[in-house]
Amino acid sequence: MLLRHTPKEIKERKVLSVNPAKTCQPIGAMYAGLGIHGCLPHSHGSQGCCAYHRSALTRHYREPIMAATSSFTEGASVFGGQANLLQALLTIFTTYKPDVVAVHTTCLSETIGDDVNQIVKKAYKDGTIPEGKYVVHTSTPSYVGSHVTGFSNMVKSMALQLAEKTGKSNGKVNIVPGFVEPSDMAEMKRIAAMLGIESILFPDTSGILNGPMTGKFNMYPKGGVSIEELKSIGDSIGSIGLGAWASADPVRAIDSQFKVPCQVQDLPIGLLATDRFVDALRTAAGVSVPDTINQERGQLLDVISDMQPHLYGKKVAIAGDPDQVIALTEFLVTIGMKPVHIVTGTPGKAFTKRIKEVTARFGDEINVKSPSDLFHLHQLIKNEPVDLLICNTYGKYIARDEDIPFVRHGFPILDRVGHSYFPTVGYKGGLHFLEKILGALMDRTDRDAPEERFELVE
Amino acid sequence: MTSISVLKQRENQIYQKGNQPFKMECETKSLAGAVSQRACVFCGSRVVLYPIADALHLIHGPIGCASYTWDIRGAQSSGPELHRMSFSTDLSETDIIYGGEKKLKKALLELIEKYSPKAAFIYCTCIVGIIGDDVDAICRQVEDQTGIPVIAVHSEGFKGTKKDGYKAACDALFSLIERNKAPRVTLPDSINILGEFNIGGETWIIKKYYESMGVKVVSVITGDGRVEEVQQARNAALNVVQCSGSVIHLAKQMEKDYGIPYIRVSYFGIEDTSDALYQVAVFFDKNPEILKKTQDMIRKEVQAIVPRLETMKKDLEGKKAAIYVGGAFKAFSMIKALKTLGMEVVLAGSQTGTQEDYEVLRQMCNEGTVILDDSNPLELAKYSVEKDADLFIGGVKERPIAYKMGIGFCDHNHERKIPLVGFEGMVNFAKEVHGTVTSPVWDLVPRRQKPAGKEGAI
Ligand code: SF4
Ligand code: SF4
Repeated sequence: MLLRHTPKEIKERKVLSVNPAKTCQPIGAMYAGLGIHGCLPHSHGSQGCCAYHRSALTRHYREPIMAATSSFTEGASVFGGQANLLQALLTIFTTYKPDVVAVHTTCLSETIGDDVNQIVKKAYKDGTIPEGKYVVHTSTPSYVGSHVTGFSNMVKSMALQLAEKTGKSNGKVNIVPGFVEPSDMAEMKRIAAMLGIESILFPDTSGILNGPMTGKFNMYPKGGVSIEELKSIGDSIGSIGLGAWASADPVRAIDSQFKVPCQVQDLPIGLLATDRFVDALRTAAGVSVPDTINQERGQLLDVISDMQPHLYGKKVAIAGDPDQVIALTEFLVTIGMKPVHIVTGTPGKAFTKRIKEVTARFGDEINVKSPSDLFHLHQLIKNEPVDLLICNTYGKYIARDEDIPFVRHGFPILDRVGHSYFPTVGYKGGLHFLEKILGALMDRTDRDAPEERFELVE
Repeated sequence: MTSISVLKQRENQIYQKGNQPFKMECETKSLAGAVSQRACVFCGSRVVLYPIADALHLIHGPIGCASYTWDIRGAQSSGPELHRMSFSTDLSETDIIYGGEKKLKKALLELIEKYSPKAAFIYCTCIVGIIGDDVDAICRQVEDQTGIPVIAVHSEGFKGTKKDGYKAACDALFSLIERNKAPRVTLPDSINILGEFNIGGETWIIKKYYESMGVKVVSVITGDGRVEEVQQARNAALNVVQCSGSVIHLAKQMEKDYGIPYIRVSYFGIEDTSDALYQVAVFFDKNPEILKKTQDMIRKEVQAIVPRLETMKKDLEGKKAAIYVGGAFKAFSMIKALKTLGMEVVLAGSQTGTQEDYEVLRQMCNEGTVILDDSNPLELAKYSVEKDADLFIGGVKERPIAYKMGIGFCDHNHERKIPLVGFEGMVNFAKEVHGTVTSPVWDLVPRRQKPAGKEGAI
């Protein structure tokens, strides 16, 4: 359907976004908030934003997504939202009884200039926030950044506003996972555990957004990082932030506030990035890598080499969040594929530079643009076709129009399942992702093969 | 579950038939802090105007508002599909400070040149209301320059609820109709179908009925919509407004300005569909042919589906349903349709019902039925389980809640893919209800599982 509306000739657009490859800050903050145990995210603005964010997350995770809203009306937008937020906190703590409320702003409350920090202070002082309960808050105007920025802002705020430094080391490593699936977060914890490391991973949506069916509706499912853990991140021996866009700010802030040394790594997608993640964990905790991990690494490498002929030289187009796209691109390059068109909707100059680094062997043959949108990506593909498209669900229009094998990855995925349960990170995740790519490519080969070349064995 | 405290402030929005004097408090603003299922003005406008397929829909605001409404409704078009693209002015921080008017104008001119739409709708979001862009002025300028209708939709989210968005959309539609400068002619035996959005192709079903009755359909507002058709709407003899009531304002306006009378109908369920078609036939009683054709058609259609419904009814007899919908009017038809299937409604609620709506609901429901206004997930979950519902009918945010509790679900919102209107729609509805209610999956739900070793255990 997009086909008809997408001309091949590319004209510079300055004032318009067509078919965006990003969305707005609050939804990232909402997602991050859901990764604290017993937390109710709260959207400080009008009802619509909150309803949209909840619907979008519901569609992607197929789980109930709880969040409250300040329900701004005309009055609030003129006189400020203080009364609404105070009333909201009262309502929330008496009715929904969360342990924490994670407040984020929206465009509206930002523009009218509500001072949420001061309002929350007042709420603590007045006793609107009951003893032993917490409110963390962050600023997420959507006319800057994207959902990734919103995620990062909330993670940073939850760390800085809840952590306390006792001066006594807890011997743990902080892992800030980035804007990834619950399955990825679980996999990061598993890898740390295999190394014998005690970790505090935050936020942690595993168990919450891929929870079991229980026959009951539970507002606060088991899972998530606990308040106690968040409080103690100032006492950790080090922090690893995965993904520069989503996690660098939080770990750096923890470093400067609590003197917990930090490293920022790419998301551990693919063999090399996972190597670096494992190495970061190893050095942070001073442990050695067990055989079980080497075994998993070897298996991934084994499948890559077995399948080399199917991968080599295949052209790929990728769109998604910068942290995801950078790591994916590196992975594709290392397995012999050629990512030729790469876009992200989230702004940030370092993106192009980093992509150029990981695709160095192809020199100037790579199209990379940030910030950009799927309309632009489609135009690039029209000019130079590819063998595979990796994108969130919205990529399916392009894939259909151009008849390209398609692997869904990123946010949102509205029409398939699995992303909440099967990780992409780590060696195991790499294997799973590789299997998806190969499946897409080989299904196409089978579909298009003439009778005489239709082979049983590949 | 029973331990959940109902919000004090919400006590008058929840009612159980039989136990107290009835005065539903409704049409109130949601309480700040509630996990409301409601959306915003913009959402309402976007929903109504969305199916006009040859118009440009430009969302003036930050990116999120556009992202979340990008092609999420299955409003099908038999021709152009421009409505399925996502266009946003993607306001940035500097626009918020200096205003977005220049950007808007540029974007509009660029898009109109590229796509030659028949008209353009510019949706104003919250932020536009706050920064005070004079969108009407820009629209006038662009209209003068391009010669197509360019219409501002005043849908600033915080200015009310979804319902107010319907009104804003109606104003936009009326202003589109007004731009038709040709003299009015009343076409004999002709109608407009209002409030039909062609989800899953429903418009086509209804149109087919009218055509076989010998009634001319001048326009369907806004299902499978075209600008020119909408502009012809003032030539119809009668407006037939679909139950949702979303475009009732337009019908009233057309009655006031053009003297076109309107009737309100529903196309959901055998009873209401027949009733709707008869009402139209009776309206055109000067042409007795129509009534005769209508009788013949309805008889044939009903005969064709009754046996199929009867088979499914056997399994559904006595099962219990909970419904939570946008407009209360929809609920009336649904209760009747569920009765046709032998089912009983144990919970009925809406986001935007009026006093009269709830009175009708009360009369239709059995003793003990819970009736709710502007509810939240906790209440919905609590009462569904207490009432032991076998089926939940709702929208995207309710689906995973129902599934978590092990209750069958039917989407009666925009996410569904199949048409539910008319006679064939009733069969689809029955099939869907039957499929979900009798699914063996629910026997596996912990709550319903029989103890091990007993019959039926897994
Ligand atoms: S900003 Fe306003 S218009 Fe946009 S989604 Fe939020 S409430 Fe609706
Ligand atoms: S107003 Fe801002 S926060 Fe709300 S949906 Fe739109 S972009 Fe997102």
